Amino acid sequence: MVAGAFTLLVGALAAGVLIGPASLAPKRVILEILGRMPLIDLESGLDARGAAIVWELRLPRALLGALVGATLSVAGGAYQGVFRNPLADPYLLGVAAGAGLGATLVIVTAGAGAAIVPIAAFAGAIAAVVAAYGLGAAAGGRRSGATLILAGVAVAAFLTAAQTFVQQRNADSIREVYSWILGRLGTAGWSEVVMMTPYAVISIVVILFHRRLLDVLAVGEEEARALGVRPERVRAAVVVAATLGTAGAVAVSGLIGFVGIVVPHTVRLLVGASYRLILPLSVAGGAAFMVLADLVARSALGPAEIPIGVVTAFIGGPFFLIVLRTSRRSP
Amino acid sequence: MSRVTATGVSVAYGGRTAVDGVDLSVAAGEWVALIGPNGAGKTSLLRAIAGTIPHTGEVMIDGVAAASLPRRRAARLVAMVPQQPVLPDGMTVLDYVLLGRTPHLGYLAAESSTDVAIARESMARLDAADLGGRRLGELSGGEHQRVVLARALAQQSAVLLLDEPTAALDVGHGQQVLDLVDELRRERGMSVIAAVHDLTLAAQYADRLALMDGGRIVSEGSPRAVLTEDAIARFSGARVSILTGPGGEVVVVPRR
Repeated sequence: MVAGAFTLLVGALAAGVLIGPASLAPKRVILEILGRMPLIDLESGLDARGAAIVWELRLPRALLGALVGATLSVAGGAYQGVFRNPLADPYLLGVAAGAGLGATLVIVTAGAGAAIVPIAAFAGAIAAVVAAYGLGAAAGGRRSGATLILAGVAVAAFLTAAQTFVQQRNADSIREVYSWILGRLGTAGWSEVVMMTPYAVISIVVILFHRRLLDVLAVGEEEARALGVRPERVRAAVVVAATLGTAGAVAVSGLIGFVGIVVPHTVRLLVGASYRLILPLSVAGGAAFMVLADLVARSALGPAEIPIGVVTAFIGGPFFLIVLRTSRRSP
Repeated sequence: MSRVTATGVSVAYGGRTAVDGVDLSVAAGEWVALIGPNGAGKTSLLRAIAGTIPHTGEVMIDGVAAASLPRRRAARLVAMVPQQPVLPDGMTVLDYVLLGRTPHLGYLAAESSTDVAIARESMARLDAADLGGRRLGELSGGEHQRVVLARALAQQSAVLLLDEPTAALDVGHGQQVLDLVDELRRERGMSVIAAVHDLTLAAQYADRLALMDGGRIVSEGSPRAVLTEDAIARFSGARVSILTGPGGEVVVVPRR
């Protein structure tokens, strides 16, 4: 199963690197990439432009997609575990709304191209979750996850209202704000990959280390306590890790919806309810899903790009209904 | 020295007192049954001893205040089988029983083959060895009860708390479970505190009964001393006859 998931990921990455508007011979692309590996000396025969397309466009974009997909999926699975809520996704505690507000504020004041947009989105995301966590804890939510979710809903509603207000007051930049919100993996070069890598790694590693404890939480807070676990501590560690990863993903790629729900649930349907399997498989499956979705996003309509958030939600929406149907039928 | 000593334990839910200053002492290897009407505080007392709900007073396990122990160490000493355990539908039985090994594992550690062996052995003890790959959602009520008990056994604790362990079981399976608990406490010197509805079963398996009413222990002692027709009429509002069975055991029979 694990081998299958990683084969899928390698296949998706290969497709992401090999397919594109510029027709480059697959064999040459592969030789080009292998040739750059340490200790391997190969001549691909690609010209400088071809090599640049592989190195500066396709490969970083595929890798960024993989990092973002893996992070959002594992974060979604982690949220579902920690809150024992199948509908939880990485944006549950207000990450999306906070990032949206942060990005919108910068776009309307400095323009969509401003280098500070991802930083503002990241800061907004973190601030929203801190606010949700603080409010939830103040309302007695440290002991139960439900209060925390409600605090997240309140914070998200408030921030979304603020974001909508700012957006309406600055109608001329609605288009930029909108395209940011829908998400994209448009990247040239490696800066986004470099930016995303530490968040992806930290978040994935921390969450994977907690996978057994998420199974313990599945029996409820009181029984988890009887088994020697402090649910609030596990929840805090996992929420922090998942939030960092999600905020990083949002900063480099905007709001890409449904990945965090679709991927862990698909994995759950295939392998059962244990997070010991769901989470590692979500990393591989999420990365592969995102690379393939991006492939659709940039090739389905010719030179024009469909926002990737539209692609993932377009597949994710109907898929989610199937998940619900199937899980109803076999409890 | 007694294994479990509760001193002045009280539990309140939002101002309503559920357990009111209970003192209870249970020796190593001893079986104490908590009896009494619904709402008497049996479950809350068990939860307080398990340390899973806020309470006042002190619970000592082997002479150490349980509240001062790290959660994980406390869970190595006390295992709890709740009356209505949460059973995640899609989880396999083996994965579920392995959760019992949690207090023996480091915070982020994974289970070793020893843990899997212990889990399988616990399942075998409960005739659940062949359920390993099944999902919890597919099991019957009796199978659930055995699997939950297997999880508690895998915890290898010194104290086992049972909340209505036989409520979901038919008479045969109920006896089977209680026989097994009895066997284990003799083998491992495990102390058992069980809330039991069925007074006859309570009398036949427990060394000592504690009758609870209104959050207090109102009578405590051997089954024959505690189970009197008067006491049961007074605290449970039930009309019963106390008989002696052919083996000299106490039998409680409802009367019309």
